[in-house]
Amino acid sequence: MPGSPLPLHVAVALDGAGWHPAAWREPGARPTELFSARYWTDLVRTAERGLLDFVTIEDSLGLQSGDHLAAPERRTDRVQGRLDAELIAAFVAPLTSRIGLVPTVTTTHTEPFHVASALATLDHDSRGRAGWRVQTSVRPDEAAHFGRRSIPGLRRDQLHTPEAEALVAELFGEAADAIEVVRRLWDSWEDDAEIRDAATGKFLDRAKLHHVDFVGDRFSVRGPSIVPRPPQGQPLVVSLGHGDEPYRLAARGADVLFVTPHDVHQARGIVGRVREIETEVGRDEPLRVLADLVVVLAPTREEADERLARLDATDPLTSDAAILATTPSALADLLVSWQEAGLDGYRLRPAVLPTDLDHIVDRLVPALQERGAFRTAYVGSTLRERFGLPRPTSRYATVGSPA
Amino acid sequence: MSQPDRPRKQIVLGAYFPGVNHDTVWSDPASGSHIDFASFEHWARTAERGKLDLLFLAEGLRIRTRGEDFFDQDVVGRPDTFTVLAALAAVTGHIGLAGTINSTFNEPYELARKFATLDVLSGGRAAWNVVTSSDAPTGENFRRGGYLGHHQRYERAGETLAAVRALWDSWGSDALVADPSSGTFLRDGHVGDFELHGNQFDIAGRFTVPRSPQGHPVILQAGESPAGRDFAAANADAIFSRYQKFDEARAFYDDVKARVAKAGRNPDEVRILPSAAVVLGDTEAEARERHAEIHDRQVDPWTAIVLAEMVWNRDLSGFDPDGPVPDVEPTPEAPTWIRGRAPLTQDAHATAKAWREISTARGLSLRETVKHVFDRAVFVGTPEHVADEIDRYVRADACDGFILGSHVSPTGLDEIVEKVVPILAARGVFRTEYEEGTLRENLGLAPPARFGERRAATSAGVAS
Repeated sequence: MPGSPLPLHVAVALDGAGWHPAAWREPGARPTELFSARYWTDLVRTAERGLLDFVTIEDSLGLQSGDHLAAPERRTDRVQGRLDAELIAAFVAPLTSRIGLVPTVTTTHTEPFHVASALATLDHDSRGRAGWRVQTSVRPDEAAHFGRRSIPGLRRDQLHTPEAEALVAELFGEAADAIEVVRRLWDSWEDDAEIRDAATGKFLDRAKLHHVDFVGDRFSVRGPSIVPRPPQGQPLVVSLGHGDEPYRLAARGADVLFVTPHDVHQARGIVGRVREIETEVGRDEPLRVLADLVVVLAPTREEADERLARLDATDPLTSDAAILATTPSALADLLVSWQEAGLDGYRLRPAVLPTDLDHIVDRLVPALQERGAFRTAYVGSTLRERFGLPRPTSRYATVGSPA
Repeated sequence: MSQPDRPRKQIVLGAYFPGVNHDTVWSDPASGSHIDFASFEHWARTAERGKLDLLFLAEGLRIRTRGEDFFDQDVVGRPDTFTVLAALAAVTGHIGLAGTINSTFNEPYELARKFATLDVLSGGRAAWNVVTSSDAPTGENFRRGGYLGHHQRYERAGETLAAVRALWDSWGSDALVADPSSGTFLRDGHVGDFELHGNQFDIAGRFTVPRSPQGHPVILQAGESPAGRDFAAANADAIFSRYQKFDEARAFYDDVKARVAKAGRNPDEVRILPSAAVVLGDTEAEARERHAEIHDRQVDPWTAIVLAEMVWNRDLSGFDPDGPVPDVEPTPEAPTWIRGRAPLTQDAHATAKAWREISTARGLSLRETVKHVFDRAVFVGTPEHVADEIDRYVRADACDGFILGSHVSPTGLDEIVEKVVPILAARGVFRTEYEEGTLRENLGLAPPARFGERRAATSAGVAS
């Protein structure tokens, strides 16, 4: 169809009662159910009904704080507490069939070996729908929960001091190492390692298991993984970035990058910068770049403005991402028009759950479909396929063995 | 809950997933995937159909090696325990979900988060089998490396458990208010606070997961050495054992229950649950024949050599499995020959001597001796016979129940559930319907508040 837009990727970011701090007090919110299996199952099933690419599930190794660089403020009027995101994803895996499941797992205090095993298993259990949203843990209070290292922390007004830049470089370097180790572990069993040959009594072709022998500053991992190669070969790796250091991390190790432009002009600039960095690090397959947007949706623009104003009057929202209070139809137009900046799609952050998720699924998705900008049925079985990414051959595959 | 109107002691039954070892016969035509979730789902639904108390998954932290080679003879590889248990929580409604998770290569904050989350998602069905490791090769996969001395294993396990319990207690059951009208989400600004100092940990801050339905997921342990038994007696809600012969089981039961009492706890609040492989037949003769075939496949000639190597800690591939027990001495001081499997013996020389004596006294070859030593099938017979035996053990206080399994996954449990469990239910010694309530309640265990108080009075080394 000449002139029609390319199909967009649309993901949704799930976090507590939604991304607005007053979300939990809204009519329709389910504040007493935020820590329940039913709540998370309902949200992910709703997103799947809308044919969305994937859900991300936020997580951290400490309570929420208003400034995500700072320790929690001991407030009692905001949502505090989380379930483990990877286990939420594991729980909903058998209750869904097509949507991608992308939990947040930090690289700072966790064991890469366990992370690789957990996500490989999520991929097996979901039949190729697992992803990993990579995150670093920068807060000193999170480090104190583990007591194994001291992290001085970052202050928002001193992000460009040498000390701050050294800390960021350390944490992102460790994250890059963690991604490298995890990907090696996913490759450490070749696809056809399990042979079950009764004639020879061999369960395994041991030539097809490999040590990964990673040695880094923060950890060394010998491998191989305890879990056989996951269905996708390597589950989808995604990260969020606001500048060169995280763009570089993504260009080196991720498949999908979330960015936070506030208008189409910024989006063009960010995508351009990401492409430059991809060239610098010698990356071949381009990152899929999705813009993060906080959305407050209503049938009319006035109602959307009123909803946001009411929420802000209770507890104002500040965000790294653009905040859009608008109609599903106008949002559909905007998502299509920003594509020209080179974006592959969007990760929408519903301001209020389930209200804005319902609007996305029941109003925005049909509006995008009318514009020829979104799928009308799921195609492909794995999350990588949805993003047009090939299934990687294990880096350890013996020459001549089938891909 | 306890059932005072029932005259007979109620049996606890669990199911283990066939393991990553020679007991699991992957070459059996009925053997399915050990990785696909469909296998776990089949197994879990079968166990729940039988109204069993709990499912049990082991863990893997490294691939087994023999010398420099990956071990290729047995089932190799397994999925992540937590991830599978959380997925099973979604497809089951009543059964307990128990997983082995190492206390050496995990940190308390993460352990507490994962088990509390599993308990929330499953509606109060989570259980943790606490194990320790001082195996340096296993440490090769982890940040800490193989740093932990053997003598520190239980110190770390004890401090880990105390820290995890303190984290679980850091959200009171009334911490979550979530009242939009008053704008109060948390009861106060100190919800989740914790501070723990010990030899192994120096941690403080705030925990992220609200108090789970059980408060404290059920704690399982499998101590065998005197120190291990004391640790289990002081800390566990249920204790696994591999003492399966009736007299051994009776002795273990008495010993551990005495240790429980000595630790200041009520012995009735600790369940003792040996694992037991079951082989059924329509007649006793058929069951024995089937067992002989299975056992012959479990301990094939090469496996006999490898199991002997685990005792001798040296390459025995030059010995004939159909010949005598090797006349060379074990070399326990040498680098570990087979890595990634729990040691079979604490005293290699004594074990080797015992094997030679068995061989001589009974006229057995090496392989026959190994088969004799490793006959793990506890219950072989007709369904009536197996039900009689389970009932006899429990009635005689040789145990409180069993963790049952077979040599085939995932369908090996099917006939146990279909043929043996109904007999026990008909006798009134096993449930016919699930009770409402958490795993902890259904096992008749102490509620965590009381347990927590007692822990605070007896635990040493960690102050909260």
